[in-house]
Amino acid sequence: MLILYALIAIGVLALIFGLILGYASIRFKVDADPLVEQLDELLPQTQCGQCGYPGCRPYAEAIANGDAINKCPPGGDATIKHIADLMGVDAIPLDAAHGEAPVKKVAYIREDECIGCTKCIVACPVDAIVGAAKQMHTVIADECTGCDLCVEPCPVDCIDMIPVKTTAKSWRWDLHSIPIKQVNS
Amino acid sequence: MKSIIDRIRQGRLWGFPGGIHPPARKSLSNQSSIEELPLPERLYISVKQHIGVAGRVCVEEGQSVLKGQALTRSANPFAVPVHAPTSGIIAGVINHPSAHPSALPEKAIELIPDGKGQWAELSPLPNYTAVAKSKLIETICAAGVAGMGGAGFPTHIKASPKKDIEFLIINGVECEPYITADDRLMREYAWHIRQGIDVLCHLLSPEYVVIAIEDNKPEAIEAMKVACNDVEQYVVSAIPTQYPAGGEKQLIQTLTGKEVPKNGLPSDVGIVMHNVGTCYAVADAVFNGKPLIQRVVTVTGESLQQPKNVWAAIGTPVSHLLSECGYDSAKQSQPNIIMGGPMMGFALADDSIPVVKITNCILAPSAEEIPANPVEQACIRCGACADACPVSLLPQQLYWYSKANDFEKANEYNLFDCIECGACAYVCPSDIPLVHYYRTTKADIRAEEEEKHLADKARQRFEARNERLIRDQHERDEKHRKAAEARKQSMQSDGGSAKDKIAAALARAKAKKQASADESANQSANVTTAPPAENSTTETASISPTAPAADDKKQKVAAAIARAKAKKLANAAAADKPSTDAGEDNAASPKPVATDAVTENADVTPDNNIAESTDTTSDDKKQRVAQAVARAKAKRAERQQADNNNADTDNEDAGETQKVETQELDKDAIKKQRVAAAIAKAKARKLAQQNQDNENNS
Repeated sequence: MLILYALIAIGVLALIFGLILGYASIRFKVDADPLVEQLDELLPQTQCGQCGYPGCRPYAEAIANGDAINKCPPGGDATIKHIADLMGVDAIPLDAAHGEAPVKKVAYIREDECIGCTKCIVACPVDAIVGAAKQMHTVIADECTGCDLCVEPCPVDCIDMIPVKTTAKSWRWDLHSIPIKQVNS
Repeated sequence: MKSIIDRIRQGRLWGFPGGIHPPARKSLSNQSSIEELPLPERLYISVKQHIGVAGRVCVEEGQSVLKGQALTRSANPFAVPVHAPTSGIIAGVINHPSAHPSALPEKAIELIPDGKGQWAELSPLPNYTAVAKSKLIETICAAGVAGMGGAGFPTHIKASPKKDIEFLIINGVECEPYITADDRLMREYAWHIRQGIDVLCHLLSPEYVVIAIEDNKPEAIEAMKVACNDVEQYVVSAIPTQYPAGGEKQLIQTLTGKEVPKNGLPSDVGIVMHNVGTCYAVADAVFNGKPLIQRVVTVTGESLQQPKNVWAAIGTPVSHLLSECGYDSAKQSQPNIIMGGPMMGFALADDSIPVVKITNCILAPSAEEIPANPVEQACIRCGACADACPVSLLPQQLYWYSKANDFEKANEYNLFDCIECGACAYVCPSDIPLVHYYRTTKADIRAEEEEKHLADKARQRFEARNERLIRDQHERDEKHRKAAEARKQSMQSDGGSAKDKIAAALARAKAKKQASADESANQSANVTTAPPAENSTTETASISPTAPAADDKKQKVAAAIARAKAKKLANAAAADKPSTDAGEDNAASPKPVATDAVTENADVTPDNNIAESTDTTSDDKKQRVAQAVARAKAKRAERQQADNNNADTDNEDAGETQKVETQELDKDAIKKQRVAAAIAKAKARKLAQQNQDNENNS
């Protein structure tokens, strides 16, 4: 008899906790792995695929599942450092197998050579190329991430990757170009 | 409010933390009156001279312009125009080194003065109180007036604030060593400045106007007092000489004890500040109708024979100013020219850089005056920089974080509140160029933010694109499913009429195909990447060019098909061997066989090229197309050769056939060739599949 009471008590407890847990799992549901979101935030979003994954988010997922953190050439050492901080691992140098650290570039279509095949438009991961079949295409420079993916499909090799020029706005102060210490009285 | 103005009247001011007292060295240039200079041979008027956006250039090369004529135009409220400083001819719109520490070339208008100085038609508003305020503000904007104190903020925006203004402060402090431009201006044109103050007062309706001048300029104070003594509301205040008392936030703190909030504007605490030079320009614009085409520039330094203040036309190259003041770079042991003052200015990389609206000083010091940068030594943590900082920051901490590229921490220590006055670097016993570190770090942080912003945008676009692709796929699937259902249904309904229906449907489909042939051509280009659609695509590809067929085109196609058949025959012989290899791969992907066909085309290229180069057709578009095709083929050939070696025999045969053909071919008919190539490709593939089937069967 005693055993029966004990069983009932345990059973009731199990039911209550089960309900609580069940409720909590619905109420506090986490949609996706927040780590993936955070990693995706840190990646440069060039969608270039140099890491071997089809875009930045897939690579973020791969890192979350234990892939190496040094496969992103466009992000360079800064991104690796940030990811290392987030993941709590040591920063490691960029894996040269996935490409060199970048100079920021944008694609440029030599317009008089473009035959209007639309192949680059299909290849662009961020829809930064405008044009139509048999019409000249052009790159929206502000939207181009410099991922290189449009260069390969072009049948007439009319796409160049041009390094972004420094403007007064993006110019980095050069140390020692200004005299600071002055006026000996 | 009343007590503040009482305190200012009594000279009991608040002051600000820190500050330094560098030797002023103003007597070098403030002894003589402002001189007019002869015009240089060429003027370079930068298109963007102020904070905000640049206007659009509205003059052309070779156009002759009058003095004061607007050279740029913009509908943007943050843009002010630039004007021709004298009459002359526009030599061009060029890229000229800009008045920026980087000296990067920026858009500038090159003007050759004709020496006549003929004014454009001016429209002064002497009776400014009678016109609407908006009209007055428009006049100021059209005259191109931008803050002449340093930042170059468009004046018309500051003159139309959203909030009530208690104090209008006129900044005549000029705290930086060497500079005396505002000093001389106040001494000589006090009444003119007073008129400008009247206009601004009318626009802003402040309760009081405070004209702040450092007490090391007694003549200027006297002159302004005389000019303003008839108005009770105007108070001329002498403030203690200290660097950087002329900083906007520091001056507000000195006079009123109020601090401008972080990321805020002075108007948030009921204050607007204008420079005396700006007041002069406003008066000139309103009473004379003259736009801002010249300004007072202090040209000073011990390496000059006659340091002085001059009226410099906007766009005058610095070299011209220096040579007019007796500068000989050959005599200098270390030629060093600084634009702006010694504390906040920057070394000029190029002496052809022009004067812009915010240039108040050109400093050419001798080597003894300002020695070359001493060697930076280790920080000894003396804390002198923290004592000197007028914004109460911790320069030492900022230095460590800047050096370590720890942007987060630097931000936490309010790096962006630093006004880059250079007081910390001035007092540093270890000669650390602190401000450089801050500037670099600020630029880096801004760049990082910009990158982050771009990354966010790219992510959005990438995600939107993926969504669209998925949606399109769904739509296609749905369409296919519906079509299949419809077919099934029509089959199931009575068998007799089904045949008719199918016939009708086929007819419809044909008509449709013809209509949308062009479209299908693109689609086929896109779809080739999707393997399942391979077969149908090839068909469309082969059909689509024929579909829009006008009659003559049909003939061409027929010819092409004939050629293709000939080629097929040639291939068939050769294909026996390679097809066994290719057939095996084929189950997975038909690529190798397709590539065979491709390589055939590739081989033709050289012949084509030669034929073309010898031909002297004038039609250059055709030529370009031909070139593009040739390049495309060359590219493909290269790729094929790299990864496909077993097709040699095939290539030779095909090459020969093609060569014979090319000789017949006219260059105009390259299009035909392409069609033929596409058909050949499709056929080759079919053939390969047949072979494969045969093999499988056997």
